[in-house]
Amino acid sequence: MNKLPFHRRKDVRLALRYLVACLLVIIFVFPVYWLFIISFKTPDEIFAFPPVWYPESIQFSNYFVLFKDGDAKSVLNSLILASVSTFFAMIFGTIAAYSLVRFRTGGENLAVWIISQRMMPPVAIVFPVFLLYVFFGWVDTFFGLILLYTAFNLPYVIWMMRGYIEDIPLELEESALVDGCSRWEVLWKVVMPMARSGLFATAVFTFVFAWNEFLFALVLTRTEVTTYTVQVTHYFGGQSNFWAKIAAMSVLGTIPVFIAVATMQRYLVRGISMGAVKG
Amino acid sequence: MAAATALRANPDRNFRYWLLTPAIFLLLLVGLFPLFYSLIVSFMRIDMMDTDTSFAGLYNYANLFSDKRLWAALGHTLLITVIALPIELLLGLAMAYLFLEKMPGRQIFISLLVLPTIISPIVAGATWRLLFDNRFGPINQVLGWFAGYPVTALWTLNPKLVYPAIIFCEIWQWTPFMFLILLAALSNVDKSQTEAASIDGAGFFRTFRRIVLPAIWPVMAIAILIRGLDLVRIFDIIWALTAGGPGTMTETISVYTYSQGFKQFETSYTAAIAFLVIVILTVVVVWAIRRMGLAK
Repeated sequence: MNKLPFHRRKDVRLALRYLVACLLVIIFVFPVYWLFIISFKTPDEIFAFPPVWYPESIQFSNYFVLFKDGDAKSVLNSLILASVSTFFAMIFGTIAAYSLVRFRTGGENLAVWIISQRMMPPVAIVFPVFLLYVFFGWVDTFFGLILLYTAFNLPYVIWMMRGYIEDIPLELEESALVDGCSRWEVLWKVVMPMARSGLFATAVFTFVFAWNEFLFALVLTRTEVTTYTVQVTHYFGGQSNFWAKIAAMSVLGTIPVFIAVATMQRYLVRGISMGAVKG
Repeated sequence: MAAATALRANPDRNFRYWLLTPAIFLLLLVGLFPLFYSLIVSFMRIDMMDTDTSFAGLYNYANLFSDKRLWAALGHTLLITVIALPIELLLGLAMAYLFLEKMPGRQIFISLLVLPTIISPIVAGATWRLLFDNRFGPINQVLGWFAGYPVTALWTLNPKLVYPAIIFCEIWQWTPFMFLILLAALSNVDKSQTEAASIDGAGFFRTFRRIVLPAIWPVMAIAILIRGLDLVRIFDIIWALTAGGPGTMTETISVYTYSQGFKQFETSYTAAIAFLVIVILTVVVVWAIRRMGLAK
């Protein structure tokens, strides 16, 4: 028997798991590291051959350029679009989900129709939406994109919130009704607070979807409400000297999402698994 | 008293519909209306030169069949999907197993691994473009260390390398998504059952197939469905990495539809393509849902 004693074998196993885990982290995080590090490099360092893996000193001039030229405004645009549309999608979606769950409005068919809206390939409707927006004069307006992102996230919000609302005990709402609350008051004072963790988890995803959206932003913005995703592609023109701008702009656009996800982290895993389980 | 109750009951009756009104209105406006509109347009002959709104019957639909670029684009989309999806699934599953048992610092590892999924696909594409650069990117540099001579592969231009490049980026970004979902699903599997099976002498794969897979299947099936749908409409990553090039070699169905609509201004024809895509997707999704036993 040259087998290791049980506790030793366990140690070896744990060490191996750590080894693989570290390798995975290196592979998955390295591209993010590279993006961030390019944004801090000087032009000489970016176009050094062979590539340098860390800059001599951290310098922010790539970011200053973005703020000086006004390009950084696109991050603000993304922030406005993503947060306002998330707000409306959460409100409209949650009350719709409440109606679907508590009153069985429209039965299973309506719920299925709403979910099927999310399966629609965006590219199939981007062109008619564009024509509609030209007709109403909504192209390149905050209103237009907020409307669109709100509508796009509704199926997801309704889908997720349906699961969370089903978990709220009916007795609570009934006793609130008996106490003389109106239906609306029950919704705001009982249902919303009870579904709070679900609301947070769903809102983070809704925010990230809107924040990262590219196709519709590309088609429906010109100069006024350019989002950061579109702004990044403006530097693509084959001119390699825009690398610093691509990296700095991407980092500016990525940090808010990292912050949003980091602060909401405890709700997220539950959010993802719930959405999948309750499907 | 009775009158008061009736008064209270009346607004209640419409309450359920009031709740749904904003959502339904928005979905109709930006979901159903454009769809309906493009269905009509697809039977006309509107393009950049001509705004002829008379009906042309199935003219555009007939053209679909002889459009080589369209079928090639569908082929590219399928290729990316059938390669990337199984890899994401298996890799995600393996990673989920790795982190299933408790270990100190587990939460930190998971948080770091999830980073790629939350950044924008367009930024992911841009990042990999920088990584893949033939001269100033670290990938060729690292390959050069192993090869022993300078590697100068043109990842986004060489026809043999563009697909690996796209699929790499895709897998990098979305495997963590699979991982997170499958980790949640695996943690919910009843431990006593798997332990009982291993005491009975069942090996890992046997236990997995008989006990774990049936337990996680509902979640796994939905994850496959979500990722499959996302892959079929892949646009951002391609746009950032290759823009469909070289030539039209990596043009997916979304990229092709976009260029027909917004570069060639083939309004009616684009609408017809869009409907072809919707029909294909609907058939595949319905088939998949039946096949995976998701239908109630």
